[in-house]
Amino acid sequence: MTEVDSSLTGRVVVVTGGTRGIGRATADLLASSGATVVVTGRDEGAAVKAAAEIAEAHAVPTMGTGFDVADFAAVSEAFKTIAKEQGRIDGLVANAGVLEDALVGMITPELVERMLSTNVAGTIATVQAAGRVMMRKRSGSIVVLASIVGEHGSAGQTAYAASKAAVATVARSAAKELGPRGIRVNAVAPGLIDTAMIAHLPQELIEDRVAHTSLRRLGTPADVAKAIRFLISDESAFITGQVLGVDGGLVL
Amino acid sequence: MTVTAVNDRLKNLFVEVLELPEDVDVESLKYRDISQWDSLGHMSLVAAIEDEFGVQLDTEQVIGMSSFKVALDMLKDMGVND
Repeated sequence: MTEVDSSLTGRVVVVTGGTRGIGRATADLLASSGATVVVTGRDEGAAVKAAAEIAEAHAVPTMGTGFDVADFAAVSEAFKTIAKEQGRIDGLVANAGVLEDALVGMITPELVERMLSTNVAGTIATVQAAGRVMMRKRSGSIVVLASIVGEHGSAGQTAYAASKAAVATVARSAAKELGPRGIRVNAVAPGLIDTAMIAHLPQELIEDRVAHTSLRRLGTPADVAKAIRFLISDESAFITGQVLGVDGGLVL
Repeated sequence: MTVTAVNDRLKNLFVEVLELPEDVDVESLKYRDISQWDSLGHMSLVAAIEDEFGVQLDTEQVIGMSSFKVALDMLKDMGVND
């Protein structure tokens, strides 16, 4: 008999940017562990569709909702609705993010604004909205998506790397503030992961990065999802304020 | 429920959440008047008010809740008065 992992049964976990890539893989994995998953995305139709697919695949309740994490008011309203409909929020995976490369000398203020508004302000908005719901029950786990480039820097990604460094700091700071209220906050910092976000990279660059990865392969969305599930679950009950690299030993 | 009842429930909530001594004049209390009502105490108050009265406060309301009286007026404005 196959052993069923039900460690998240009854937990309500919100995954922002959950319609594709790492977010979708995480939503699927959490659902396979029994969680009620709330999938969010900028495209409401895609979020609802992903939620329906996940519900069918894993036989768990799901919900899909559309909003832009960069819109503080929309985030606040969305989390009120989620809390009202689900009755609780036990976990948040603040995964929604954007990536645009630009060399120093070619970075526009608009590009910086896009990186900061979605990756930084969006993460803060969702952590704040979910944290307020979690405070009522004095428990919860939040995982934000940092990046190896935020920890070590990356040529051509100054604005993106800066935004991801800020996200790691969100985890460290919010962990200090929310810890006394029973809420843990951690970050995962993926290395080079095989998603649509890296489709624009030249093949030679990807091969070079793989050569500088101890495990000699690209990461998969499932690799990152497993780390996130660990941090969302009680398996990591005494871990908070950490930035966990999921990078196969990549050295930039 | 009367407005007075809401007033009493809110007072009890302040006393309980902020762990106030009995001789504190709750109704004239303002944010940061006492060490217990700091920013962390404030967020605990917000969570307790939301639970007790079945409301959800906007960020502006959370930031603007500068005294017991403001909190009471806010609840009345939200229809918590019968």
